[in-house]
Amino acid sequence: MGKKVTVYSTTTCSYCIRAKQFLNENNIIFENFDVSADQEKAQEMIQKSGQMGVPVLDIDGQIIVGFDKEGIKKALGL
Amino acid sequence: MLELIIIGAGPAGITAAVYAARKRMSLLVISKDIGGQAAWSGDIENYTGYQFISGPELADKFAEHIGKYGVNLKEQEAVVGLKKSGDIILVKTGKSNYETKTVIIASGKRSRELGVPGEKEFKNKGLTYCATCDGPLFSGKPVAVIGGGNSALDAALQLVNIASKVYLVNITSALSGDEIMRQKVESDQKVELLNDTQVTAITGDRFVKGIKIKRAGREEPLAVEGIFVEVGLLPNSEFATDVEKNKLLEIQVNSRNETNIPGVFAAGDVTDVPEKQIIIAAGEGSKAALSAFRYLAQHKI
Ligand SMILES: Cc1cc2nc3c(=O)[nH]c(=O)nc-3n(C[C@H](O)[C@H](O)[C@H](O)COP(=O)(O)OP(=O)(O)OC[C@H]3O[C@@H](n4cnc5c(N)ncnc54)[C@H](O)[C@@H]3O)c2cc1C
Repeated sequence: MGKKVTVYSTTTCSYCIRAKQFLNENNIIFENFDVSADQEKAQEMIQKSGQMGVPVLDIDGQIIVGFDKEGIKKALGL
Repeated sequence: MLELIIIGAGPAGITAAVYAARKRMSLLVISKDIGGQAAWSGDIENYTGYQFISGPELADKFAEHIGKYGVNLKEQEAVVGLKKSGDIILVKTGKSNYETKTVIIASGKRSRELGVPGEKEFKNKGLTYCATCDGPLFSGKPVAVIGGGNSALDAALQLVNIASKVYLVNITSALSGDEIMRQKVESDQKVELLNDTQVTAITGDRFVKGIKIKRAGREEPLAVEGIFVEVGLLPNSEFATDVEKNKLLEIQVNSRNETNIPGVFAAGDVTDVPEKQIIIAAGEGSKAALSAFRYLAQHKI
């Protein structure tokens, strides 16, 4: 597979935790940015998704807003 | 056929699931998410055993607890209908239909909307109903919290650590909510309290740029980049059309968590139980599970 997966999240959002757990359970390697601490990445996330809610997942350029399990599965081909 | 379906995985539903699993009932939990409102709250300082825990952490512990019992869970599925025919209860979701002997409704409450122009368009574009989830994105920005009760105070206290300025826009003449929190908010340098003030519109371009407020008959703009709506809660009870509710649309239960329909129980914030707290919802959930267990023992279905 080897899709590039980026997660934009905050430490205080339970959907972020659940989304990352889901990726881990499926052995997906991903890069995580804490957008509450990293302003530059926060702007990047807002730019990419056109909105300000977390989490945002970038799966090979496909943007998924929120912990949308079905959407994530589809994008990853699971 | 299942013995029990639990609707909702907040504190009430999860505690019911733990009790039912330990009684070895065949059960299924159907919920939009795990943790419910408990996951939205910032600091929880009144759940026995934890002097301090954050909402997301507690929600995580809840998920771990039902995980331990291998409870069957349908996540991200919403119940849309509930009907009893004969001895069987039919539970309908957006995805499927289920049959069960008993049900516990533990679907809690959701945020009430303001109902002003711009609210729908700017949702997640600067307007949010969850300070805990989205607050950190407003670092160094001016924000407004709309409301005057405990959740508004909780949101304001989270935001003073993040935002450059916090306007607290309250429609009544004084804040309600706990004295301790009120004092903290009122004495904070970053908070500007606007009492007797109504929000009439949300404005912006791609993202929120401000709100319109009305006080003493005059409408004026207020420049903010974040809006946190905390104007109360509505029970998630619409799908339970045959169940008796009070004026607030809360499901009416007796001290055994029974509703007017035999075999249908309810627990937590969705019910008319006095006081809405995590520990109360959890306690009600355990009672409901034990009532459902007793009901099955007494009625051979
Ligand atoms: C900001 C905030 C701060 C708070 N702080 C505290 C605090 O410090 N201490 C405290 O004790 N209490 C606090 N509370 C109150 C506490 O969170 C609630 O009393 C408690 O979560 C109620 O639990 P519940 O299980 O009844 O409902 P909820 O927590 O509302 O959970 C309901 C569950 O049902 C699911 N659901 C809803 N509709 C459906 C449907 N149609 N189909 C399937 N599933 C559905 C939801 O996804 C959710 O999982 C706070 C609340 C808020 C909003």
